Amino acid sequence: MDKFGYAQSQKFDTYASRLMPREEYFTSGHRSCQGCGEALAVRWVCKAIGKDAIIAHATGCMEIVSSGWPQTAWMHPWLHVAFENASAVASGIESALKVLQRKGKLKGPMPKVVAMGGDGGTTDIGLQSLSGALERGHNFTYFCWDNEAYMNTGIQRSSSTPYGAMTTTSPPGKMSIGQHTQKKNMTAIAVAHGIPYVATASPSYLFDLFFKVRKAIETPGPAYVHVLSVCPTGWRSATDLSVRLGRLAVETGVFPLFEVVNGKYRLTVEVPKLRPVNDYLKPQGRFRHLREKERDFIQKHTMAQYQLLLDKCGASYPEFPVITEPEEEKE
Amino acid sequence: MNTETGQPRLLQGNEAVVEGALYAGCRFFAGYPITPATEISEAMAYRLPAVGGTFIQMEDEIASMGAIIGASLAGVKAMTATSGPGFSLIQENLGFGVMAEVPCVVVNVMRGGPSTGLPTHVSQGDVQQARWGTHGDHPIIVLAASTTRECFDLTVRAFNLAEKFRTPVILLTDEVVAHTREKIVLPPPGELEVAERQEPTVPPDWYIPYADTASGVPPMAVFGDGYRYHVTGLVHDVRGFPTERPDEIVPFLNRLFRKINQHFQEIMMVKEELTEDAAVLVIAYGSVARSAKRAVREARERGIKAGLLQLVTLWPFPRQLVEPYLMQVKAVLVPELNMGQISREVKRVNQGLTRVETLNRIDGKLMTPGEIVERLVKL
Repeated sequence: MDKFGYAQSQKFDTYASRLMPREEYFTSGHRSCQGCGEALAVRWVCKAIGKDAIIAHATGCMEIVSSGWPQTAWMHPWLHVAFENASAVASGIESALKVLQRKGKLKGPMPKVVAMGGDGGTTDIGLQSLSGALERGHNFTYFCWDNEAYMNTGIQRSSSTPYGAMTTTSPPGKMSIGQHTQKKNMTAIAVAHGIPYVATASPSYLFDLFFKVRKAIETPGPAYVHVLSVCPTGWRSATDLSVRLGRLAVETGVFPLFEVVNGKYRLTVEVPKLRPVNDYLKPQGRFRHLREKERDFIQKHTMAQYQLLLDKCGASYPEFPVITEPEEEKE
Repeated sequence: MNTETGQPRLLQGNEAVVEGALYAGCRFFAGYPITPATEISEAMAYRLPAVGGTFIQMEDEIASMGAIIGASLAGVKAMTATSGPGFSLIQENLGFGVMAEVPCVVVNVMRGGPSTGLPTHVSQGDVQQARWGTHGDHPIIVLAASTTRECFDLTVRAFNLAEKFRTPVILLTDEVVAHTREKIVLPPPGELEVAERQEPTVPPDWYIPYADTASGVPPMAVFGDGYRYHVTGLVHDVRGFPTERPDEIVPFLNRLFRKINQHFQEIMMVKEELTEDAAVLVIAYGSVARSAKRAVREARERGIKAGLLQLVTLWPFPRQLVEPYLMQVKAVLVPELNMGQISREVKRVNQGLTRVETLNRIDGKLMTPGEIVERLVKL
């Protein structure tokens, strides 16, 4: 653990990993790229969801790689829906199950209803149906696999792509620094719906992810979990760095892990000393073109956002990295 | 990227669409990634800023279509590109474009359907959707490209028709045309006709935005140029305001149809191959037309007097150009990558003049010349 300069994971060192379920609900043999952080996330989320669940999955990477003919990686009843309607379909499933239960036609406990989608299917095209489902208060859980672009069609920007990132539809050049907008704050949008449970998670912090998923699934009413999924193909990073990049995202404050229960924020993974954001940007080819100036901007923005979050959580400030102002700007 | 004209280049259909759009003066593109049309967005993202244009990636196809309508009203030639599922989402705004008479170009790279269907395989299943996808009775212009060069030419043509007739124009290509790389020599500026929209010559106070003219196409003022006018998807009178009066509804809708109908000669395009003395005729479009071209030649070698009529304009259906052949030949074969969407139209026009046979393939693969020859032999 010290290798990553990270102390927080010791919190779970006492937790016996052998207590985690051995059953696999997202099985091996799927066709995701080497080093796919998303597949890792899906596997552990499915473990945490448990056996009794119905999953509606929007079009996206995970849908394509996991259900190619003639196999499926999913042990759950799983349906692939269109791009924009995973939450709408989940709403339908949940409502129908409720009716069956009310009429006594459902044997056993009510299955958990789960909707999943990528960042495009959640923050862009699927936002409308997600918002509708959260507002209506269906008892379901939504998982967003956030790999920060449309990787399935070949790395196009989404509204979840971070500032400065290179994608094929936000190419950097003389007139462009790549993606010129900030990442959409999807968790804040979910929180604004006043739903009982919202959380961010990362497969690099498995126990944290596991507990959050358990909480989300058991929460009556809608729950939203935003999972950062490292994508070596789209992020242009080494395939063996996926888990480390997930950690770096948390340690630099780019993707803080927190949960919001009934509107109350709580930081679940505290970072005593924030790393400079450059540690996170450097291993990724999609940020390669960024100059010092833009990296500093990202650093400042990240810190500002992190402070806002800490204020909401009521947590104490960590040690922030020092930014040295360029000489010529001072004059 | 090499942007020289006059030099041979190796381009795929999607890239040729981009080159054609830029040639025609397109300076606004709104898109959403979808296989197999993504390359159009990617190339536009790369090329448009260099020529002072704007590329926006929208949150879905509904928004893409909305954005190009807005851009077009603001006075810029605008385009979007999509495929199957995205084309379904575009439909509502497409109807708005027809109703509000907003010139724009929609490229639909056809893939297997319905629903998510076969994202990486070819199909021609959206032909009837292109015609009737949006609700209500409406005229529409639909072109179909079969080669990289046609992708270029027809994109320019689509912009010309859109600007001339103030209407959305749909360009249908398919996965094979879109991804086949071919040698192409881009024409220098000025070689192909590039039409601009007709702007009002009267002072703003006199401007009647939806006035009936001889051509049926009212001049279009750029938003923000001092010409204030009302744009709505409701049926409107000549001033653009919603109306429910039958004596205003009927002339308005009649004009919508008339502006297309009375320019049939300009809109209808076909390509003929060995048709002068043909006894059997193949009617094809899109990528299938390429297989059919070879099939017709092979059939000639076997002693069958075959000819090919390639439909370039699918809608309005080029009836006047097809009818003479129906009287001339003893049988017509319509090979298509669907269950018979254009053959239906050929049969409607045919009305017993000759025998119309279909050849359908829906497995996501391209029809081979051999298949068509085999069928021609049996005719």
